[in-house]
Amino acid sequence: MTDGEAAASPAENPEAAESSAGNPQAAGSRAGNLRAASAGTSQPTGAVPVGNPGKSPVWVKSERQRRREAELRARGRRSTSVATASTIVALVALVAGITASPGWPRVRETFFSPKAFVEALPDVLSGFLLNIKIFLIAEVFILAVGLLVALVRSLRAPVFFPLRALAVLYTDLFRGIPTILLIYLVGFGVPALRLQGTPSDPVTLGIIALVLSYGAYVAEVFRAGIESVHPSQRAAARSLALTHGQTMRYVVLPQAVRNVIPPLLNDFVSLQKDSSLVSVLGPLEAVRQAQIHVASSFNYTPYLVAALLFILLTVPMARFTDHLSARARRRQTGGGTA
Amino acid sequence: MSLLKVEGVWKHYHGLSVLRGIDLEVAPHEVVCLIGASGSGKSTLLRCVNLLETIDDGAIYLDGAEITDVRTDADDVRRRIGMVFQAYNLFPHMTVLDNITLAPRKVHGVRAEEAEARARELLERFGLADKAGEYPDRLSGGQQQRVAVIRAVATNPRLLLLDEVTSALDPTLVTEVLGVIRELKEAGMTMILATHEMGFARDIADTVCFLEGGVLLESGPPEQIFSDPEHPRTRAFLQRVLEARRM
Ligand SMILES: Nc1ncnc2c1ncn2[C@@H]1O[C@H](COP(=O)(O)OP(=O)(O)OP(=O)(O)O)[C@@H](O)[C@H]1O
Ligand SMILES: [Mg+2]
Repeated sequence: MTDGEAAASPAENPEAAESSAGNPQAAGSRAGNLRAASAGTSQPTGAVPVGNPGKSPVWVKSERQRRREAELRARGRRSTSVATASTIVALVALVAGITASPGWPRVRETFFSPKAFVEALPDVLSGFLLNIKIFLIAEVFILAVGLLVALVRSLRAPVFFPLRALAVLYTDLFRGIPTILLIYLVGFGVPALRLQGTPSDPVTLGIIALVLSYGAYVAEVFRAGIESVHPSQRAAARSLALTHGQTMRYVVLPQAVRNVIPPLLNDFVSLQKDSSLVSVLGPLEAVRQAQIHVASSFNYTPYLVAALLFILLTVPMARFTDHLSARARRRQTGGGTA
Repeated sequence: MSLLKVEGVWKHYHGLSVLRGIDLEVAPHEVVCLIGASGSGKSTLLRCVNLLETIDDGAIYLDGAEITDVRTDADDVRRRIGMVFQAYNLFPHMTVLDNITLAPRKVHGVRAEEAEARARELLERFGLADKAGEYPDRLSGGQQQRVAVIRAVATNPRLLLLDEVTSALDPTLVTEVLGVIRELKEAGMTMILATHEMGFARDIADTVCFLEGGVLLESGPPEQIFSDPEHPRTRAFLQRVLEARRM
């Protein structure tokens, strides 16, 4: 495609004039009219120089606007203090209610023992690092499996029927099996096969089970995202001669992924917790470590330690999800930058 | 030789015949306007020409070669035909510049800098130079449609299909989009437009085609169709349009 071929390049003008001259219509005067007409309409089309510095008035914030903004700021401060006060009142009431209950001294001793807390912390924390490792590795594979399955389900050509059927079977099956059951099945079933090359390490097996289970969920999330992209977008892409693959890659997927980031992160919050299910296979992750401490000390505080660690991990993730959804909403309603 | 030839094309949707034996020829540099009531099949015809729909009978030829042959590569045909839709045209996650350069780069294998230079040149020409880095949702409807037209011509198509590109727009924005189309005509672009803007059709068309119920009832130069239509149904349609305008 050279410039001379340019669809709308003036170089083709003579030819155009020639062909319209060949037309039975009064070509000369028509062309003249057209040019005049287009010259007339070219004004709104032309870029209007923004801000002629000589003429355009300069905005100086008025006294009224200044007062309005001050009032808004004051109102904002007031609502923050109201929120803080009511939160404190609610918390105090809750704590007072719990500590006043008859069983409280006993509960405090078995669940909130500072000594047991300090004792269990190092082991539970080191176990928790294994949870994080499981979570991070599983997450990468889950995203890959989910995306792949969703893409396979989006293929329309009849040749791909077996693949598509397989993808449907996979999502139906693995979303149906409870994760803990799947961990048992993979964790004890696969090694029992005694096949060459199959993993026997419980952590690896646990990760495989998590990937199988969550991959099915995430595939559905991706599929919903792909289907949420307006069909006209696909038509527009295809009309530009983009292939199915290119349309997916450059037009549909970028929009789909953006739409599904909040639900995806939600699934990952859930995955962080479920990484503890791998404990049934024996690896010393946080919950397992806590269990060991509980068994030896008859104090439940180590469980609290594990719970706190999980919360510390999931809360930032949840806030981040909220932040992303809020930003997406703002964007849709027109505000904010793109 | 005609650039596009539509020969006895039929299209059904669930037993309903939407196109019933359409015949149409478009010469190079010719501008054809399709007019007709809502549901008469204008969009369907354009979508068939762009192979977004498969036809149920007949044939369509582009540059003398049949494109409705089962063995034709639809993407190869679409590479030579540009199309602009009524709305939802631009890719919202890309800047104006990326929207325009996507097909040249990914489909036509043009180098990025080259595609960008050409896109900027087109934007400049149609008064949108300052919008290159903007995302579609920050443009007015008229600006968006102008970008959509630019995107469609950025690959130098042989033929441009425009489907009611102004009907989603505020009347005040219509003129700027029509201005772009007018300029393309002057540059020699071959176009088929489905439109409800009779005044514009009269002004820009070399040939006006009147469709009703999937049949191409009448076609001819705009002077004739608009002032002296042969078919009583054409007359009735134009009468209705006129009355609607007056209200
Ligand atoms: N995908 C589809 N499935 C079923 N029927 C369809 C489909 N697309 C179009 N039709 C029908 O085909 C007929 C022609 O539609 P088409 O969109 O071509 O009309 P049009 O002339 O473009 O109308 P308008 O001026 O309102 O855009 C209509 O009766 C419509 O209901
Ligand atoms: Mg239509």
